[in-house]
Amino acid sequence: MQVSGAQAMVQALEQAGVTTIFGYPGAAIAPFYDALVDSNMRHVLTRNEQGAAHAASGYARARQVTGVCVVTSGPGATNVITGIATAYMDSIPLVIISGQVMTDLIGSDSFQEVDITGATSPFTKHNYLVKSAQDLPRIFQEAFYLASTGRPGPVLIDVPQDIQMAIFEYEKPEAVHLPGYRLITEANPEQLLAVKAQLEQAKAPIICVGGGVLSSNATQELMQLAQSCQIPVVTTMMGISAIPFDHPLYLGTLGSHGIFAANYALNKADLVMLVGARVGNRAMGSAQEIARRAQIVHIDIDPAEIGKNIKPHTAIVADAKSALAGLLALNPQTDTSEWVATVTAIKADHQLPDKPAAASATIYPPTLMRILGELAGPDAIVTTEVGQNQIWAANHYPFRKPHTFITSGGMGTMGYGLPSSLGAKVGCPELPVIAVSGDGSFQMSLQELGTVKQEKAAVKFVLLNNSRLGMVHEIQSIRYKRYSQVFLEENPDFEKLAAAYGFGYSKIHSNDQIEAAVRIMLDTPGPYLLECQIDPHEPTLYPVRKEEKG
Amino acid sequence: MSQHTLSVLVNNHPGLLSKVSGLFSRRSFNIDSLAVGICEIPDCSRMTIVVNGDEAMVDQVIKQLDKLIDVIEIEHLPVQNSVFREMVLAKVAVEANQRTELLQIAEIFRAKIVDVSLHHITLELTGQADKISGFLNLLEDFKILRIVRTGTIAVPRFEEI
Ligand SMILES: Cc1ncc(C[n+]2csc(CCOP(=O)(O)OP(=O)(O)O)c2C)c(N)n1
Ligand SMILES: [Mg+2]
Repeated sequence: MQVSGAQAMVQALEQAGVTTIFGYPGAAIAPFYDALVDSNMRHVLTRNEQGAAHAASGYARARQVTGVCVVTSGPGATNVITGIATAYMDSIPLVIISGQVMTDLIGSDSFQEVDITGATSPFTKHNYLVKSAQDLPRIFQEAFYLASTGRPGPVLIDVPQDIQMAIFEYEKPEAVHLPGYRLITEANPEQLLAVKAQLEQAKAPIICVGGGVLSSNATQELMQLAQSCQIPVVTTMMGISAIPFDHPLYLGTLGSHGIFAANYALNKADLVMLVGARVGNRAMGSAQEIARRAQIVHIDIDPAEIGKNIKPHTAIVADAKSALAGLLALNPQTDTSEWVATVTAIKADHQLPDKPAAASATIYPPTLMRILGELAGPDAIVTTEVGQNQIWAANHYPFRKPHTFITSGGMGTMGYGLPSSLGAKVGCPELPVIAVSGDGSFQMSLQELGTVKQEKAAVKFVLLNNSRLGMVHEIQSIRYKRYSQVFLEENPDFEKLAAAYGFGYSKIHSNDQIEAAVRIMLDTPGPYLLECQIDPHEPTLYPVRKEEKG
Repeated sequence: MSQHTLSVLVNNHPGLLSKVSGLFSRRSFNIDSLAVGICEIPDCSRMTIVVNGDEAMVDQVIKQLDKLIDVIEIEHLPVQNSVFREMVLAKVAVEANQRTELLQIAEIFRAKIVDVSLHHITLELTGQADKISGFLNLLEDFKILRIVRTGTIAVPRFEEI
């Protein structure tokens, strides 16, 4: 069958099972967009290419599939970079297709030419510059395979315009053959035995759960192991929602902005079992110090994570699901009752601050998060921006089901929450989707409200308005005792903004208004903006407690 | 800190050299030399990379290189059981009265004369890095116009079974 390169690209996407793509057209990707007219795939036209990548990421995370975004060459390609890097840091499977100038113009600084494979190689799992239309079916097949297997990540395919136009005899690609890509998924039985022995000796073990437990769908195995061995669980930012917030063995999120009991347990544990977590500095602080105190077991599918930030005593390179199931099958015999009693008591003693929903001058974010979670139900998907809003959502929203928390953990990318909520809603139209936003971050991808409107995506925006870059403001107040460039005094009139897009809107400032307002927001069809007045001095870093001071 | 030599089989891919060198710079790995050329396998090249670092760093270098899809195989070559070679071209200015001395040095090291004119000689020497360095040390008494080194290439020795 004779096809054009562009037709082969569309066909390859369909064969990969893609039903929805996010993108933005331009000259160098025009042949693809023309071929798209004959396809049933849904295309979501974002307002900026960065939004397309973030939306594809939200879609991928909500549906647990590979997200796809399509951009043109030059400025389209450079605009998508932040989205690619954000997905890379959080190991999100994406395939990014960029148009490129004609092959014979490459290297001549021609109009809208940029070396996007060169630019993105540090933060793509792999990338391709297509040299011949014949290669397209194979490259697309490889790209989806690479993006979704092993440690997932973004893969970029740069397709020159002439290759999209070339007519060639289509041949179905053979099975993926990548000798340079070794996948180790099954846990090694000897290593499992070693970990079992370590677990059985431990008096004070914890399991530290990262995003890998979610991407390998190992949450059931995690809970079974935690329960049967009575091991307390802490999560990184990326591990949130892997275990229900109210699970008796769950202590909370690690890190400077995390939960006291979780950090306490990390500091006192005699064995730390890291599962699908890369020991980022934001979560773990000084990894060396932890390794001096405790036995470290590291389970990760990416061999390069083993020994990168912490030197483990035992390591298993495997899919988290296989490793946890393997451990479970060995039925380790542990006695941790004293330890569990200690950390559960600490958790109870340091209950998260909450306030009754009584009249107040400003909205207390923890209370808002609790009520949001209670009313939106266990299936609701929550995206966040970055800043205090992210911390409040992470620490106080009651997550009950896996994959319901979508946030930029590794990069901390402001402007991620709005487009990723759009992607999540497009992917899961039957689920409530709540976008927790800060007034600063909300304006970083503000243009995507247009996409939300066009797609009739009923996202519920909960805007925490403190008229400033709250997290930076908080750090400046603690560390520098004076402020620099954190005030957003001239925020727009958000009510008029919502009206401009035809979204529902209301504004609350008192805790006794939360419940009614959230109910109305959830019951109103279509997109909705709930503006919440937050005290600009509301902290996310709580004063150090006496136990912590030692 | 010590030197480690990696023999890396890669797909012969135009963008790959920049991917490899980019990896070294962004992860702050110290690279002493990198030599690359086609090899016995069609469409593949073999790189010899000499890195300087402790065990933990070399472990990371190997693992990070291995993550590149176009890297097919990495061998950490044992110092005792490998053959290491490097080549240098040294272009030296010599007046008639220094000529004999220079030729004697060349003779001792078995360096080849590959180009000569009235006022200069270009010498070629192949050997292990320390031999090359010893040779270059002796040339310091002369006026050196240019030194070009290839970087080390290496191959493991046959194992006696
Ligand atoms: C793209 C980007 N630029 C800058 C930052 C640094 N930064 C982190 S939090 C923050 C403030 C966010 O303000 P806002 O969205 O209003 O959230 P708040 O902390 O007030 O809840 C800034 C500027 C970032 N994370 N991302
Ligand atoms: Mg703010």
